Amino acid sequence: MISLTDFLIVSAALFCVGLYMIVSKQNAIQILIGIELMLNAAILNLVAFGKYDRLNNGGQMFALFAIVLAAATTAVALAIILNVYKQYKTIDPDKIDKLGD
Amino acid sequence: MSLVQLLFYMMAFIAIASALFVAATKNLVRSIFMFFITLFALAGLYVLALADFVAITQIVIYVGGILVLILFAFMLSGKETLNIIGAQSNKFISINKLPAMLLSGLFLIVLLNMIFKIDANNLDWIKKSAITRNMILLNSSMTENIGINLMTKYLLPFEAISVLLMIALIGAAHLSRKGRGA
Repeated sequence: MISLTDFLIVSAALFCVGLYMIVSKQNAIQILIGIELMLNAAILNLVAFGKYDRLNNGGQMFALFAIVLAAATTAVALAIILNVYKQYKTIDPDKIDKLGD
Repeated sequence: MSLVQLLFYMMAFIAIASALFVAATKNLVRSIFMFFITLFALAGLYVLALADFVAITQIVIYVGGILVLILFAFMLSGKETLNIIGAQSNKFISINKLPAMLLSGLFLIVLLNMIFKIDANNLDWIKKSAITRNMILLNSSMTENIGINLMTKYLLPFEAISVLLMIALIGAAHLSRKGRGA
């Protein structure tokens, strides 16, 4: 079978790609994709360890909760991004530096 | 090398390579569609970790819901963002990306160091679960167990998350409605 270390290495690599996207991208949507990548790396860890908990399903259950939370977060974040675009005509986070009007 | 291992390495390679492509490409639409591939490969990895229900949920919610939402937001947020991105330099490694690469590379080194030090296969509780037969086997079906646990042991988080989803729905609808001057 596949060892736990393999899963951990894959999820570490995905997490770092997500971190790179969050730090370097100049587009709010791409930053959101980076956050999703990091969340998926965390979910992969939860699922890989959840294999060793058959009775309580702790890992898989919280992976499900994390997926639902990610969905809620994304919906609200995209609504905010659209509003920001309406107000500033850009979604570059570096250029959004004014409060109010 | 068994077939399962071969599949695992293939899925892991697809996931990491497509994630790198998502991070590296200048074309936003292409990066969003490549993110589809990453999510599918991750669902395959969940199946290989014997979590089939989570894999199906991943496909339904992430690929069916979140990605379509991201595509919508991208299409609605206009062409100017595309032009700005296209105007950037076409070099593969530009100097202003260097700090981000350095940060994520160093963080990867830290994480890998920690993973090899912790030696997850020999943790106490994992050995114990292997002894007490508490680990998921290839022929055990987990979906009904998940359903029962969701309605008994994890009922409180389940209810809390349903309330939170309701709040997120109302909040998103409130944020994105027209009129009233933003």
